[in-house]
Amino acid sequence: MELIIGLILQGVQMLVVLALAPGLAGLVRKVKARLMRRRGAPVVQPYRDLMRLMRKDVVLAENASWLFRVSPYMIFAATWVAAALVPTFAIGLQFSWTADLIALVALLGSARFFLALAGMDAGTSFGGLGASREMMIGALAEPAMLLMVFTVALVAGSTQLSNVVTFVASDAVGIRVSMGLALVALIIVALAENARIPVDNPATHLELTMVHEAMVLEYSGRHLAMIELAASLKLLLYMALIGCIFVPWGIAPASAGAGGLALGALSFLAKLAVGGVMLAVFETSIAKMRVFRVPDFLGAALMLGLLGTLLLFVSRSL
Amino acid sequence: MTELPDLAWTRARDFRAAPFGATTVSAPQWTALAQALAAGRVTLMSLWAEHGAVCMALHDSAARRVAVARLDGLGDGFPSVGLHHAPAQRLERAAADLFGLAPLGAEDARPWLDHGRWGILHPLGAAAPHPGHAPYPFLPVEGESLHQVPVGPVHAGIIEPGHFRFTAQGETVVRLEERLGYTHKGIDRQMQGASLARGAELAGRCSGDSTVAYSFAFAQATEAALVVKVPDRAFALRGIMAELERLANHLGDIGAICNDAAFPMMLAQTSVLREMVLRAAARAFGHRFMRDRIVPGGVTVDLDAEGVTAIRALVETIRDGFPPLVALYDTTASLLDRTVGTGHLSPDLAQRFGAGGHVGRASGRDYDTRRDLRYAPYDMLRLEVPLREDGDVNARIWLRIKEVEQSCSLITQMLNALPSGPVLAEVPPAGAARTGLGLVEGFRGDILVWLSLDPDGTIARCHMRDPSWFQWPLLEAVIEGNIIADFPLCNKSFNCSYSGHDL
Repeated sequence: MELIIGLILQGVQMLVVLALAPGLAGLVRKVKARLMRRRGAPVVQPYRDLMRLMRKDVVLAENASWLFRVSPYMIFAATWVAAALVPTFAIGLQFSWTADLIALVALLGSARFFLALAGMDAGTSFGGLGASREMMIGALAEPAMLLMVFTVALVAGSTQLSNVVTFVASDAVGIRVSMGLALVALIIVALAENARIPVDNPATHLELTMVHEAMVLEYSGRHLAMIELAASLKLLLYMALIGCIFVPWGIAPASAGAGGLALGALSFLAKLAVGGVMLAVFETSIAKMRVFRVPDFLGAALMLGLLGTLLLFVSRSL
Repeated sequence: MTELPDLAWTRARDFRAAPFGATTVSAPQWTALAQALAAGRVTLMSLWAEHGAVCMALHDSAARRVAVARLDGLGDGFPSVGLHHAPAQRLERAAADLFGLAPLGAEDARPWLDHGRWGILHPLGAAAPHPGHAPYPFLPVEGESLHQVPVGPVHAGIIEPGHFRFTAQGETVVRLEERLGYTHKGIDRQMQGASLARGAELAGRCSGDSTVAYSFAFAQATEAALVVKVPDRAFALRGIMAELERLANHLGDIGAICNDAAFPMMLAQTSVLREMVLRAAARAFGHRFMRDRIVPGGVTVDLDAEGVTAIRALVETIRDGFPPLVALYDTTASLLDRTVGTGHLSPDLAQRFGAGGHVGRASGRDYDTRRDLRYAPYDMLRLEVPLREDGDVNARIWLRIKEVEQSCSLITQMLNALPSGPVLAEVPPAGAARTGLGLVEGFRGDILVWLSLDPDGTIARCHMRDPSWFQWPLLEAVIEGNIIADFPLCNKSFNCSYSGHDL
């Protein structure tokens, strides 16, 4: 019986992230439009776009290989599984014991790998340009992310997200400088990973400046829908991750009843809304940086992660 | 070295008010002029072909005078100017495409406007069936680990078509080669034999964002050729329209450049101001872009009291609303980080190519047609021409900002001293073959119109030279050594015209 409830809850989590992801993207776009005194598309527009794309035919480049066709599903699957691992409204879900933060980083890394390969597959120059930029960003973002993971793991004593949430939500944690450093590092990584300003511009029409968009230029129809959905899932994943590690309050504990779960769901929605608005405000107030400044930006995340880890060792040995 | 020919150098007030003839030169003199251009003694304003002849408009900036040299009696070619003076190369290639007059000795004999899609060869010269479309050889690039990125002619945004061939080493651009001509409309051909009224319409349709400047320049050329006495009120209204057009375009550009650095807030704000300019223009002159409002002899609409109020209100709005945007630009460090130092154009190159408008003035070329080759109504107005030496994207944005302020001041001056009276004078018949020159400062720079009329008053040849002819090649130079991702920023800071260039 417990197993069945566990599976149901896990299923609910997977559906919830899938259902909310396009809405979060729509919210960010809407807030950005309002900040620019535009009316903006409705928040549900990404859902409509996905439905439109699903109905459309797929146009394939003549020299596209099987990899090009398989990649959208691989990317989507990897991202979805990763999103299923992050505690959103409750901890202790069935899947969370099978994989930890490091597995999460690996899943996202595989999705990136397939996306970059697919970008180069059709042989267009923009795909190659985007793939090379994406790998440059990834090569710096992943180590920064791992250092952030180490910091959190050292504080919480576990890389298991459910354990981290329990620990941070408890009184034992206090104020930790390392956690603050890790938070900044994670936000920087999240901006870079989700192709947001100042690293990439999700709304640009300029082929030459694109990173993420350049890789998916050749995609159409349901393939594009998969990739778009995976991209919005990834945004939601990072927001949920920041939410569960740094503001874990409201998340239902493993033993919570229906009331606790409802509270967890409400607090999750609130966190997403706040995160979405903050992202929109941040993106509106800053210009994109030069491609070669991105390593500096991500390097800062890497250093912050490293500093967070070192501080922990130093403070422990004293 | 052959002595420079004695050209009929003419000062601005003379060629504005009277027919302006070309000086016929011999082939050695023509070459001597090309060498003088290369030495920087005079500036090339344009080069174009006519039936069996080529002409070259020259500007002597020190003495503020212009001349047109004409080499006629040509069979199939003329001594190349581009061989000595690179800015002439594309003009020569265009002349060769249209008239079949080859620049002899030129290094680059590839077609320019002719993409092999017209069906005929040399449509303005001895027309012949076209052999058909042939692949266009881009300049070869050799070196370690170079790769090419072809962009366009169809772009992801809603912009005009043009092809850019980048050769890059990683992200760094080693060479950019442009290929233009996709918006060729055959305006030169349509101008031949057209009536003056039709000619004015065609001129206003060369480049949509500069329709006022083009019809202004065309009207100037006609009025000079036919010695028309234009009423003072018409001049003032033309000036107001020209400045409104400049305002609208500069405001749009300032926002658009920032938008290309992914700072759409600026575009949203300047778009509001630009829209206000267009609405004020619609209320005052009955058309948002003021197309077909300037005709030879004057203007077609008079400005009523309501229109004056609308324009005054607009100037007030811009004076209030624009400074906060300038402050926003100047205090957004992430934006300045993108614009400062990007796309640097050296003053030498700007000088050599005679780059007009904000491109030249941001790189220290102190030239503005409104001041240096004055024409009505600017001869009655106070105008300070902004100038910068740094020549990067930031400088070109600041140039535009300063010009927005200048335009507001000019509009106020013109409204304060608005003469009364008629706005349209009668254009007398030609009676004999006549030629005239029009030179107007559009928002991109100086637009040149050379008009020659047949005795019956129809157009024999009308050559219109967009400022972009001398700015496009500079864009190629500017992007070298920058990264590919900064090209949109450089490109937008130039904002060259495709349509006005391809004609």
